[in-house]
Amino acid sequence: MTYDVPVAPGENAELEESVEGAVEGWPMWEVFVRARRGISHVHIGSLHAPDPRSALQNARDVYTRRGEGVSVWVVPSTEIHAFEPEAAAEYVEANEKVYRLATAYDIPDEVGQM
Amino acid sequence: MSEVVSSVPQGMPAVDMAPELQAVVAHADDNLVLAQRLGEWISYAPDLEIDIALGNIALDHLGVARALYTRAGEIQGEGRGEDDFAMRRTEREFLNLLLVEQPNGDFAQTIVRQFFFDVYQRLLWEDLSGSDDDTVAGVSARGRKEAAYHYEFSSSWVLRLGDGTEESHARTQRAVDALWRFTAELSEPYPEVWREDVDVVFAEAGLRVPGDPYQRSGGREGYHTEHLGFLLAEMQWMDRTYPGMTW
Amino acid sequence: MATLVPTKPVPTIPIEVLSAMPLFKWAHRKTEIDPRFTNERSFVYHETMSPEEKFQAIVDEESKIEPTDWMPDGYRKTLIRQIAQHAHSEIIGMQPEGNWITRAPSLHRKAILMAKVQDEAGHGLYLYSAAETLGVKRDDLQELLHRGKHKYSSIFNYPTLSWADMGAIGWLVDGAAITNQVMLTRCSYGPYARAMVRICKEESFHQRQGYELLIRLCNGSSEQKEMAQDALDRWWWPSLMMFGPIDSDSTHSEQSMQWKIKRVSNDDLRQQFVDMTVPQADFLGLRIPDPDLAWNEERGHYDFGEIDWDEFWQVVKGNGPMSRDRIEHKTRAWEEGAWVREAATAHAAKSARSAA
Repeated sequence: MTYDVPVAPGENAELEESVEGAVEGWPMWEVFVRARRGISHVHIGSLHAPDPRSALQNARDVYTRRGEGVSVWVVPSTEIHAFEPEAAAEYVEANEKVYRLATAYDIPDEVGQM
Repeated sequence: MSEVVSSVPQGMPAVDMAPELQAVVAHADDNLVLAQRLGEWISYAPDLEIDIALGNIALDHLGVARALYTRAGEIQGEGRGEDDFAMRRTEREFLNLLLVEQPNGDFAQTIVRQFFFDVYQRLLWEDLSGSDDDTVAGVSARGRKEAAYHYEFSSSWVLRLGDGTEESHARTQRAVDALWRFTAELSEPYPEVWREDVDVVFAEAGLRVPGDPYQRSGGREGYHTEHLGFLLAEMQWMDRTYPGMTW
Repeated sequence: MATLVPTKPVPTIPIEVLSAMPLFKWAHRKTEIDPRFTNERSFVYHETMSPEEKFQAIVDEESKIEPTDWMPDGYRKTLIRQIAQHAHSEIIGMQPEGNWITRAPSLHRKAILMAKVQDEAGHGLYLYSAAETLGVKRDDLQELLHRGKHKYSSIFNYPTLSWADMGAIGWLVDGAAITNQVMLTRCSYGPYARAMVRICKEESFHQRQGYELLIRLCNGSSEQKEMAQDALDRWWWPSLMMFGPIDSDSTHSEQSMQWKIKRVSNDDLRQQFVDMTVPQADFLGLRIPDPDLAWNEERGHYDFGEIDWDEFWQVVKGNGPMSRDRIEHKTRAWEEGAWVREAATAHAAKSARSAA
């Protein structure tokens, strides 16, 4: 169904986003699940919980209801530190230091695979 | 302190069922009634994660009930299925513990009820995993994993509420005071172990066991509290209004 | 004592009806869902592009906008509005169906209904998580819902008055949802698209159980069949209204299309839904309550009657039969649960202090 709830004529389309003076709720946690043995944990979503024990219980209930997951990690969202390569152009040096790339070197074919 | 147990009225006939059948039906009834109670929380829980958790626990209990009713029907050998047991018996024929038919009350009462039952259910599944009946043994094996999870949920919530705020502590203590009188019937097969498990969690949560020795039992004999009738009226209404139909 | 063997064998669904059901189409088209749902980006952007150009280039290229990307304020606000209201819809949607859990006519149906409503809670949760990547807080969004500042899909403002309504909702409401949902898996905003992929995977049984429920009723007793017809009579028009106003009356559609938040127009989605659903009603032997419904050979589509737009806008404004009840229920659950949430927070703080 369309969840684009229509704006009635004369109504303001802008929706409020935040509430002044609201009570601080439960913190947010990011959930990582290893679906099967042999593959790595994958970030699958987030949830709210008051403590680590509850976060793990909730992660199991919310994200592994259909039996997905041999291992579940929960991490407080505030503990996730991020690096976004495209946003941090000044950290990217690869274009300048061409000699770090293997293709920058010409090895004669007789030498063999290198 | 010695308990004062009020039980079935004197002269009341015993349940008319073979003992091995009776045990299976009683455990099925426990799980069905508890599933029905937990189902009432759906869309009313304090937050989404709790709503989902209670729903999961309800589904687990419902699954156990269905498996045990089906087995009971097989044992009885008269062609009855799960809905015959669930929808077409009166409250005098239900053999569930009095504890599980008690109303949800507030979240504290639901959690205390669940905790008391989970301590018992874990012990029960351990017992029944050695059952001669393959189906019952199978249900117990699966039930044990589920009960471990339920216990983790209910005991951790007893701690959060018992040792949370003043209000949550007061509500949880009130719940313990209200439900304690149904625990003798529950813990009767494992009186010491059940009590030890509860005491450990209560100590950490700062909760007291009431001093009043009064205990009420009778559920296993079909002598219930007034709550069961209303629960069954709601649960059985469709089947009784439209008998014999397929859904 | 009665056994549970059905009195008539349940007929199999003919293939032309089955293939018309979107969930089957979707199952076959699983591999067609955009494989670019990884965290990798393959597009290389020119350093000379302005943030606006880069944003539109990502969108035009069918790649994904992620939370840390620059985005126009309007895009962000439109997404918050749409995702939040989608999440609210899932949560409110638990109520009309939750209403029948304790009265389900069999244990099998009780289990199915419980599982379905739980899924909806989970979907709401995934969607709130997606909304939170845009910098809003879930608790704030819920508070705004309680205060009536946020809306949810109008369909849930109708009451569920019989068991057959469970079938009608699964068949029609989830059916309509599916036509929209597959489109949303291709939405330009990464977290929303990924939430939708997850939701679509879980939806597969929702519509199916509803339709199967109705098959049983329509092949059952005359009372059961009447119950099914009555449910269709009450849910048909509200289902059509779910697709929103006609395109020319839809104020934000064009911009949403350009931003690839909305992928198909209201009118097209509604037509798709009607074309798919009419044969399904025929199979059930039920009559759709629309005297103007007729196959149009020239267009290759069903013509259908005019929606009651007065009712439509009244319900959007909050004057639906159950509008007040739904919000009161939700608000009451939240307020009565405040002491629980506070207790958990207090306990966590105590534990953290003693562990420190």
